[in-house]
Amino acid sequence: MQLETTINGNTVTLDFAAGEFLSETLRRYGYLSVKEGCDTGSCGLCTVWLDGKPTLSCSTLTARMQGHEITTIEALAGEAEEFARFLVAEGAEQCGFCAPGFAMTVLAMKRELKEPTVTSINHYLAGNLCRCSGYKGQMRAIVKYLGVK
Amino acid sequence: MLEIENIIFPESLGDALATVETDPGAVVLGGCGYLRLGSRKIATAVDLSKLGLDTITETEHSYEIGAMVSLRTLETDSCINVFASGALVRAVENIVGIQLRTCVTLGGSVAGRYPFSDPITALLAIDAQLVFQGAGRISLQDYLTGKGLRDILVKIILPKDERVAAFTSMRKSTTDYAVLNCAVARVGTDFRVVVGSRPSRAIRVEAAEKHLAANGLTRETAEQAGLLAAENLSFGDNPRGSGEYRRKICPVLVKRALIEVLDAA
Ligand SMILES: Cc1cc2nc3c(=O)[nH]c(=O)nc-3n(C[C@H](O)[C@H](O)[C@H](O)COP(=O)(O)OP(=O)(O)OC[C@H]3O[C@@H](n4cnc5c(N)ncnc54)[C@H](O)[C@@H]3O)c2cc1C
Repeated sequence: MQLETTINGNTVTLDFAAGEFLSETLRRYGYLSVKEGCDTGSCGLCTVWLDGKPTLSCSTLTARMQGHEITTIEALAGEAEEFARFLVAEGAEQCGFCAPGFAMTVLAMKRELKEPTVTSINHYLAGNLCRCSGYKGQMRAIVKYLGVK
Repeated sequence: MLEIENIIFPESLGDALATVETDPGAVVLGGCGYLRLGSRKIATAVDLSKLGLDTITETEHSYEIGAMVSLRTLETDSCINVFASGALVRAVENIVGIQLRTCVTLGGSVAGRYPFSDPITALLAIDAQLVFQGAGRISLQDYLTGKGLRDILVKIILPKDERVAAFTSMRKSTTDYAVLNCAVARVGTDFRVVVGSRPSRAIRVEAAEKHLAANGLTRETAEQAGLLAAENLSFGDNPRGSGEYRRKICPVLVKRALIEVLDAA
């Protein structure tokens, strides 16, 4: 199958098999920040934004992407780096495999949560299972990054 | 692994139903959250995403939730957050994470009749009605007790009334499947008491509902209703808990939910 979609602001024509899921297509097209972890819809590693909303690319059919806007962390390098500095300052940086999905969720949270609290941050992050380097350090970094009072 | 040979995007619900009725290899796609976990081979996947079923409409007497509305859309809808004390939102907000809830649909959750389902438990307490393209309008309760339909679920209808409701569940960790879930509602002098993930399908507990209708809702009758639920329902074992454990926690969940309704008054 073939369709036209927008990835990171560029119009792209994708070729894919009918049952292919977006994480696989994105990786085939070189967006290697997108990682597949559990492949059961549970871990959040494959998070990308679909029309600005964090979505599991492993559970999204590529065939549905006609006319949509997909964003991967490649398009958010500046913001991701800024957030990474907060993580590093708290000693909470991850090994790198789960980090793109984690950062995509945090950057979406920054846009969506109007008055973030520790509770609403935890709820928003619940779908990102890997917290290697520590829940506490990550929470401190996010709280500072989002400017929670 | 899920394999799809061909995927079609019908332009009308009529076309979608015609495919389902005439092609034995046709499977309707919801958000694919569950479908993709199976290792089936789908000859014709029927995709409803171009039929405008992803909206929530408020009418004079009801809220109509299109089958393709995602759990995340439900969770963030200001009306659904208020309707029936937000019980439906309480039922979906801990399902995995926001990313999965953005993918999976209420239609797929209902059509699949999953015994562990949280939204089905809440929807039973809300007296939800279903509209199928072929079979027309039927109650969720009849759909759950019937033998299933080869049809297209179009929307889920929530009757607007002054219902006070509550949803609660017991989970080993916040985002795991429920060991047991429970939803209750008060509609005027009537009550709904629903227990699901037993681990079999959600069911209303008539004995508890009648007890509450006859005696009103108090802390004492809430406790009694919980005991009646545990006595009258069957419970089974699965990796998340034994039937015996479920029977023990059932009265506590039912009582907690009823007291939430009592305190909301
Ligand atoms: C990792 C994981 C954890 C989960 N945890 C929970 C949990 O804790 N609690 C809970 O309640 N749920 C849970 N779920 C289930 C989830 O909430 C959805 O109910 C499930 O994914 C089905 O919804 P879907 O949109 O993905 O449907 P699909 O998987 O696409 O479809 C499900 C079934 O419904 C049929 N179908 C879909 N739409 C229609 C329609 N409009 N008309 C007719 N038939 C249709 C399909 O053919 C299929 O048989 C979990 C799912 C996953 C993947």
